[in-house]
Amino acid sequence: MADKARFADQAMPFMSSLYSAALRMTRNPADAEDLVQETYLKAYRAFGSFEEGTNLKSWLYKILTNTFINTYRARRRRPAETELDDVEDLYLYHRVGGLEAASMGRSAEDLVLDHFSEAEVKAAVESLAEPFRLAVVLADVEGFSYKEIAEILDVPIGTVMSRLHRGRKALQKTLHTFAQERRLWAAADVPS
Amino acid sequence: MEDTPLTGHGPSSAPGWGRPIIDPCHEAVATLYSFLDGELTADKRARIQHHLDECAPCFGAFDFESDLKALIARKCRDEVPEALRERVAEALRAEDVRS
Repeated sequence: MADKARFADQAMPFMSSLYSAALRMTRNPADAEDLVQETYLKAYRAFGSFEEGTNLKSWLYKILTNTFINTYRARRRRPAETELDDVEDLYLYHRVGGLEAASMGRSAEDLVLDHFSEAEVKAAVESLAEPFRLAVVLADVEGFSYKEIAEILDVPIGTVMSRLHRGRKALQKTLHTFAQERRLWAAADVPS
Repeated sequence: MEDTPLTGHGPSSAPGWGRPIIDPCHEAVATLYSFLDGELTADKRARIQHHLDECAPCFGAFDFESDLKALIARKCRDEVPEALRERVAEALRAEDVRS
């Protein structure tokens, strides 16, 4: 059937980004693979109802997210999740400023960002509680608009903005902790 | 509505004139994420941009947050295992046979 051939052409190219999102959601490669396979099966079955010309990526991500919430959330492991008490705005930026005082100059910001490994950034994202993690992945990794994220998560736009705001701040706090642990900042120089 | 400059200075923004004093830096930081996420109206965006052009501390903060956002995008990429591609293709083929 023409529909099904079109599905492969149009939907398969999204697999690597769906897989990344699935990894951030499930925090487990085996579950991520299962989630991706299930998403593609559901999408394939429902493709007849997909409106050509509308946003296929959003549609696929909605299936991915709903499948995650319904299937995997129940049996997810729960490693330590970052406290979401009130983290100040510009958390990491303000602490980088402390490095400038140690006369590393304007490049301190670049130095700090360049030093975060892929593993650390992924771990920091994965340490976020789910609602915040989903919002950050959809916005920062996949570039969806607030409206698209609201539709994918089935929440109001205000909720998306709030989750992004708090999620990003929590992320910064975690990244800072990682950097401290690697002694990017000497204990003596860090304002607490 | 006339686009007003973001200054806390001048008689028209002093208390008693009925207009609140707007702290442009505070407003910029409050809308930082909407700005970086491309969610501001053109007018509002232009106003914030104008402030960033004039305010080095705010520009520095925005620049850093923008780099951090790009860092997350860059680092959160994963290679799809070839075996997964094959599994999915096979699952879809099995689906065809069934239906």
